[in-house]
Amino acid sequence: MSQVKFPSPYDLKAPTGAEDWKSMYPYYMTFKDELRAEEEAKFWFCDSQHWPNPFKPFDAVTVEFAVKCLGQYNTRHYLIPPANGIEYRFHNGYCYMSPVAVAPEDIPARVPQFMERAGHYFGNWDSLLANWYTKVRQNIADLESLDFAPLPDVVPLQWIKDGVGLDNTVHLLAEYDRAIQLLYKTWNYHFEFLNLGYAAYLDFFGFCKEHFPSIPDQGIAKMVQGVDMELFRPDDELQKLARLAVKLGLADALRSGNVTDTLARVATEPGGTEWTAAWEAAKDPWFNFTSGNGFYSDDKYWIEHLDIPLGYIRDYVVRVEKGDTIERPTAALAAERDRITAEYRELLDTDSQAAFDGKLGLARTVFPYVENHNFYIEHWSMGVFWRKMRELAAVLQGAGFWPDAKDMFYLSRNELRDALFDYSNGWAVGAKPIGATHWAPIVAKRKAMMAALATEAPQPALNAPPEVITEPFTIMLWGITSESISAWLGEGGVDGVLKGMAASPGVVEGPARVIRNADQLHEIQQGEILVAPVTSPSWAPVFGKIAATVTDIGGMMSHASIVCREYGLPAVTGTGTASSTIKTGQRIRVDGGAGTVTLLD
Amino acid sequence: MTSPHVLSFEQATAADESRLGGKCASLSRLIHAGAPVPPGFAVTTDAYQAMMQSHGLHQRVAAILAAVAPNDVLAQANAAQSIHAAFASTAMPDAVREAVSAQYQALCQQEGGNDDLPVAVRSSATAEDLPDASFAGQQDTYLWVVGTAAVLERVRDCWASLFTARAIGYRDDRAIAHMDVLMSVAVQKMVNAQVAGVALTVDPLNGDRAKMVIDASWGLGESVVSGEVTPDHFAVDKVMLTVVKRTISTKQHEIVADPEARCTTHREVPLERQTIPCLSDLQITAIARMAKQMERQFGGAQDIEWAIEPIEGNPDGRLMLLQCRPETVWSQKKAAPKVHVTGMDGLVSTLLTPVRLR
Repeated sequence: MSQVKFPSPYDLKAPTGAEDWKSMYPYYMTFKDELRAEEEAKFWFCDSQHWPNPFKPFDAVTVEFAVKCLGQYNTRHYLIPPANGIEYRFHNGYCYMSPVAVAPEDIPARVPQFMERAGHYFGNWDSLLANWYTKVRQNIADLESLDFAPLPDVVPLQWIKDGVGLDNTVHLLAEYDRAIQLLYKTWNYHFEFLNLGYAAYLDFFGFCKEHFPSIPDQGIAKMVQGVDMELFRPDDELQKLARLAVKLGLADALRSGNVTDTLARVATEPGGTEWTAAWEAAKDPWFNFTSGNGFYSDDKYWIEHLDIPLGYIRDYVVRVEKGDTIERPTAALAAERDRITAEYRELLDTDSQAAFDGKLGLARTVFPYVENHNFYIEHWSMGVFWRKMRELAAVLQGAGFWPDAKDMFYLSRNELRDALFDYSNGWAVGAKPIGATHWAPIVAKRKAMMAALATEAPQPALNAPPEVITEPFTIMLWGITSESISAWLGEGGVDGVLKGMAASPGVVEGPARVIRNADQLHEIQQGEILVAPVTSPSWAPVFGKIAATVTDIGGMMSHASIVCREYGLPAVTGTGTASSTIKTGQRIRVDGGAGTVTLLD
Repeated sequence: MTSPHVLSFEQATAADESRLGGKCASLSRLIHAGAPVPPGFAVTTDAYQAMMQSHGLHQRVAAILAAVAPNDVLAQANAAQSIHAAFASTAMPDAVREAVSAQYQALCQQEGGNDDLPVAVRSSATAEDLPDASFAGQQDTYLWVVGTAAVLERVRDCWASLFTARAIGYRDDRAIAHMDVLMSVAVQKMVNAQVAGVALTVDPLNGDRAKMVIDASWGLGESVVSGEVTPDHFAVDKVMLTVVKRTISTKQHEIVADPEARCTTHREVPLERQTIPCLSDLQITAIARMAKQMERQFGGAQDIEWAIEPIEGNPDGRLMLLQCRPETVWSQKKAAPKVHVTGMDGLVSTLLTPVRLR
């Protein structure tokens, strides 16, 4: 493997028209010419699992906050003995990451600190987690309280009479700073429990592999995974609304038309009040849910695009009328999980059973967080954040900064702060702000560059891979192993067969449907096999339609794996190239137990 | 039809085991455990005793054996020859002949209606499966026996096989009284396998109890058992029932039945079948389920022979269990005590020796 390597970022030219892409991002997020030797010595993999598309300048804030906060918990909070954080760089608009190992001689000193710090969290998991929910809900409430309004013509008279001595721009600038701070806190909280959750999972994982060397990874995941998680509540709510509509005889009233007309028609029907009340109750908080993944400003949230949940409800109504079971088979899944657990446990001697119970118990304690945080952070918190940013964009649009409110996201977070001062300054001195003139050509150029960047897919990785990859979180989260790297490099492959992670069992044949982004989800037909660079848990409603899932990237604990096991569908993740190799309509065979995808046409 | 001389495997109960001999009793137990064993019946020890009582055969055999000195190999061989001749020249009692004929015809009817169902006729001695007095392989097995006359002939041969030179010597060495050992005979439908092989419900390489391994090749299982072909190899996780490893070999030869010639023949596997897997995933899972069920039923790792016979309208065919024995290597091995690091120490140790996922 050491013979073959991925390209160096220094040799990877920008697509035509995007040559100046680096000017869109902070200096610390790109490969510097001065550091070439150093940067080329590291191995970088592309996180297209979380971030399949190039980033607009403002959206880079999610990457820097998220990966920085992931790192801090390894490096500064818990002192995970062998692992520091993960370095991240943009190249041609895509994010590449490189884990930072701890020098072997520094590891022993970190062990007692890890024991004390992480030990405290594991020992007080439930009470600390209850506290986490309080903090995160407060943070969401704070995000909701963000107030971006156009500056008034004059300072309110009452402020004069009260001798406040400040103008409205003080509040505006403070609110922007507060928004960024709240976003920063959001991502701090995101990782407070996550890394520890993975560590506990890995401990159980290692135990199982030691006693049952060939145990499939999905067997371990199935023992740990919960079956009734908050992450699935939004989809559950849609199913309940569909059932209620059929029960109340509202199926026809719901069947077609735009959201406003449909809801108005339903309200006038007998039973319409009951259904509307249920719909309204489900919205808060469960419609704070995106069909994207929360990292992009153009991710669509149900609560702002009610046509998305309504469309899913309509699909469910049709299936309820046909007599289908639309609910996830939770009882069967729970029974299967108990069976699997009991059967593996039975194979162990008494001493080993005690260790098995302890490690599985801890893994099960931490696991709900690993799934559920996603609703509270990526969906709910980020949904509110992006909504507030769109309110700010509308304010600046009203002030003539740009013709389209969304243009704001072509500015970086620090450029935006300058623009807000420009707006405040113009307002204060009674002159026109400079922004409209200054930003128009820059936004136009950046739009062209973004379009050019999107024409090229990212490399799976950069530079020479190391002999072995053992960093635990990289393996768990991203499925980056020595083997998956080999597969990406095309080593040891068989023609017409893609290898990936055996993520969820079962064998299925059918036509492929390649989906590159959430807006294409409506194209999926019953019985097709979903092929995507990556899936989001919020695609849940389509999982009732599809026969199996194949992704380019993702490990055993990636979203696609979790959702497919939850829905009982075969899945192969981390194939590297499925979404570019397979064409829509092509017949494929997915073997989720073996981790293979066979092209049949 | 009730005769003490025959008893179908299905109808036999634990109370009948002393009349069935080891082989038949074991087949009967497998059927009661829910295994798809090819159908058949026992010619019980009652039939053997009736034969021995007929025309003074018992006395004649006892007299021949009484004249043989222990450890006199030549005398043992001569005695065996004389006894075989005595069995051959003594008419089978009518009641026994009629019972065996009727039961064989009933089996023919049950399995397709013709009167020429190929069967295996095997001896099933009452001491055969004693753990430390294994007679395995010391009595006769006749495959592809077709027709009533041939079945009766082979039953008689099986009886006589209780007195081969080796069996006589074996009993002499262990001071087992010759005339105390009784013989039952198993008559069982032959499986005309399209694919067959063995399964072991533990990983023979490392004793991993969560894993089972299956070796399989085209045709009858003899080619796998005897090592004439390199079979396809599958490893299955016992709990998840997923295939965790598969090695597909080039399977150049297969052994198939030649019912006309009442024997088996070797032939070349057509090229297009040589390098493809001889089992589908459904078939692998079915074998694994069956093996797992046997392991649970008998409380330990099992060594299994299985075969799949073609049936119309189902490409996966019908799975049959031919043989099931306790696995002996890993079952008797004491596992080295494992040191378990638990709690925070366990986490640290895990993080410091990270697992490779594959």
